[in-house]
Amino acid sequence: MSLRIQNDHARFKDIVRGRIKSNLKSYIKKGELIGKQGKDKIMIPVPRIDLPHFRFGDKSQGGVGQGDGQPGDPVHGEPQEGQGQGKAGEQAGEHGLEVDVTLDELADMLGEELALPRIEPKGSELITERIKYTGINTVGPEALKHFKRTYKQALRRQLAMGSYDPKNPRIVPIRDDRRYRTWRVEQKPQANAVIIYMMDVSGSMGEEQKEIVRIESFWLDAWLRRNYDGLESRYIIHDAVAKEVDKDTFFHTRESGGTMISSAYRLCADIIEKDYPVESWNIYPFHFSDGDNWSIDDTRICIGLLRERVLPAANQFGYGQVESPYGSGQFIKDLHEHLGKHEKVVTSEIKDKDAIYPSIKDFLGGGR
Amino acid sequence: MPKKLPPEYVDMQQQVEAHARRYGLDMFDTYYEVLDFDEINMVASYMGFPVRYPHWKWGMEYERMSKSYEYGLHKIYEMVINNDPCYAYLLESNALVDQKLVMCHVCGHNDFFKNNYAFQHTNRKMIDEMANHATRIRRYIDWFGVDVVESFVDKCLTIDNLIDVDAPYIRRKRQEPDAGEAVQPPDRKRALGLLPTDREYMERYINPDEFVAAQKKKLEEEQQRKKRFPAEPERDVMQFLMENAPLEKWHVDVMDMLREEAYYFAPQGMTKIMNEGWASYWHAKLMTEKVMDSSEVIDFADRNAGVMATSRQSLNPYALGLALYRDIEDRWNKGRFGKEWNECDDMAERRRWDKQTSLGREKIFQVRQIYSDVTFIDEFFTIDFCREHGFFAYEYDKKKKSFVIDTREFQAVKNKILQSLTNFGQPVVAVLDGNHENRGELVLQHSHDGIDLDGQYTHETLRNVHAIWTRPVHLLTRLEQRKVMLSFDGKTLTEKTIS
Repeated sequence: MSLRIQNDHARFKDIVRGRIKSNLKSYIKKGELIGKQGKDKIMIPVPRIDLPHFRFGDKSQGGVGQGDGQPGDPVHGEPQEGQGQGKAGEQAGEHGLEVDVTLDELADMLGEELALPRIEPKGSELITERIKYTGINTVGPEALKHFKRTYKQALRRQLAMGSYDPKNPRIVPIRDDRRYRTWRVEQKPQANAVIIYMMDVSGSMGEEQKEIVRIESFWLDAWLRRNYDGLESRYIIHDAVAKEVDKDTFFHTRESGGTMISSAYRLCADIIEKDYPVESWNIYPFHFSDGDNWSIDDTRICIGLLRERVLPAANQFGYGQVESPYGSGQFIKDLHEHLGKHEKVVTSEIKDKDAIYPSIKDFLGGGR
Repeated sequence: MPKKLPPEYVDMQQQVEAHARRYGLDMFDTYYEVLDFDEINMVASYMGFPVRYPHWKWGMEYERMSKSYEYGLHKIYEMVINNDPCYAYLLESNALVDQKLVMCHVCGHNDFFKNNYAFQHTNRKMIDEMANHATRIRRYIDWFGVDVVESFVDKCLTIDNLIDVDAPYIRRKRQEPDAGEAVQPPDRKRALGLLPTDREYMERYINPDEFVAAQKKKLEEEQQRKKRFPAEPERDVMQFLMENAPLEKWHVDVMDMLREEAYYFAPQGMTKIMNEGWASYWHAKLMTEKVMDSSEVIDFADRNAGVMATSRQSLNPYALGLALYRDIEDRWNKGRFGKEWNECDDMAERRRWDKQTSLGREKIFQVRQIYSDVTFIDEFFTIDFCREHGFFAYEYDKKKKSFVIDTREFQAVKNKILQSLTNFGQPVVAVLDGNHENRGELVLQHSHDGIDLDGQYTHETLRNVHAIWTRPVHLLTRLEQRKVMLSFDGKTLTEKTIS
């Protein structure tokens, strides 16, 4: 049943969504949402939505309470108008509002704000079938007999016929009492996607740089997840050698030493070849670094690896260069020089947290 | 949506109301509706009415209530509307003892609505009226678009506390005498208000020069005042704007409806303590003496204790009201009132004092009829009562950055309570001048009584008033001991200290 209030509720939610959208830039910059992520919902603090009035300031008003204590003793807590325990919830919205938003909704807002094109997935001809029990029928295979329903039905019939004896509760189902589960086959086109995150964790990448990568990857993840049902993520860190790690390690490790980007690309190519057949997977490798590579030779190897093994398999290859005081920022220039014209290569320079927002657009604006 | 009241509830209602009437409660007929939690949250968001005009604020309220219900933070037990017949709601999932409790409680509210003076001017067919308002505003939305109408409603709602709550009970404007009668031959002496005398030599004794001068000045001021617009500061800001702001017809209609609703709800703000106290008094009395059976005692005590919980941060109107009624009943039963009682200084004698007057019940019925919260506290919140119940006043301590107990001194506590109740807890703001500096600018005056206004809210509200008035608006108030004039001219907000 729909309630009248639903219109007002929807209207309110629209307003909240508008607020979130208009503040999206600052949410992205702050990165505070990531910590508030629940299973599939995010709590977002929204600036006060309220009808202003001329009213007294809380601080100058004070109040009256009941209980023990001497003058000078703290009252504890903020004054509130709640009346006893029964109405504790009444003041919930007073100090700003926290709104649940699903990750999908948030991704949609991001999409609308940045005017991101929808992605046309490849491999959507792949169809999975799923059997779902949908109801109860009077005919069906014995293997799917629903015992509880059958006996309930028999009891009902016996009660109605007057043949049920509570002292000797014997229930014997007859043919008409039998109930069976029915099912339906659901067909679903399935598009698989994987994001392979690579990050340079050599000494020159500091906390701030990593924070930028973390925020950026959160939003990339959100948008791609919106476009693909089953999205997998893989994480590779590298300095002079590369290794695959879990998400937590990826964002929190700090290594030192030199940088050999080719090691990461090689590992990435290996992973793709091993686990993700090109024809049925949408593959998104992203690499973040400060642009410092060990040698020109290694850079040459990188270009070769990208051209021959990674790019043919990937939907798009993203390279984000985070500015750091130690990095030379050379690598992005090399990429431009050798692969600048390649349609699958997208590069973005992320100077600071403010640059995350346009950078997301760089990466996802192509709709690939 | 309305479900038929189950027969066991009908029996219960009849039983409860029969007992209540025997105690002397005088009530409108009551219709109960049983709602599930979603519906009751909805009705509660609409402030008790089944149909309200479309607005996002109900949605916000609903969101908040559903959330806190989900988290188990609160549950609505009763809701009752001041209407004839009276409507009340029961939550479907409540236990039978809860429903009994609610019905007893509702009897108290119902009697209070019907008999308390503050409600005498409220519309008793408000359910219909609210539905009519909803229809009209819906129609405007159809015609002009939801954004336009909603944003105007928003603006009106920001000033819906700027009404003259006492207006229904008194005549503010002096009746001007009929023009024909008023025209009289000019009589300088009388016009100046000088005293009559036949003997010329007495003139300078009866009307000495300084008296004449004072009268002249007074007269000039009077004339000056008459030229002002409005002549007297106008407390009903909504009405003033309706009559004088450059508004479309539908604007005026919308504002008129919202103003009417504000006036309808105002008495409930003015009698919160009395009303809840009265209902609590009667639920306790009816339940414990008549309605409840022995198996329900524990549950009742539990619910009752929840409602009556006192807090260090705020007054619980249920508990305070109930305690005051009981105190009054006790005092009038024992004759602890009047000159003799007030002048008695002997503590021992006071404690023993019992004149067997047995006027308690009669007194509280009278009190519920002719008092509102301010007069109720002023008259019956006594020093004995204050001490016995451990009241204290608290203030914000800037050094400790928290609220600390300020004093337990009786007069200070009482003043603090009274202050929070004056003008139903809202700042007193009036239109001082509708043609400031002869430029059509609006001056509002906040009668500052020791508490500053909230800065952010004030700015936002000024903006909204400006949107209605369309010319610059000013607010006279005090901020941290300085007299200031806040002005908004459509672009910038300025603050000017004035001497």
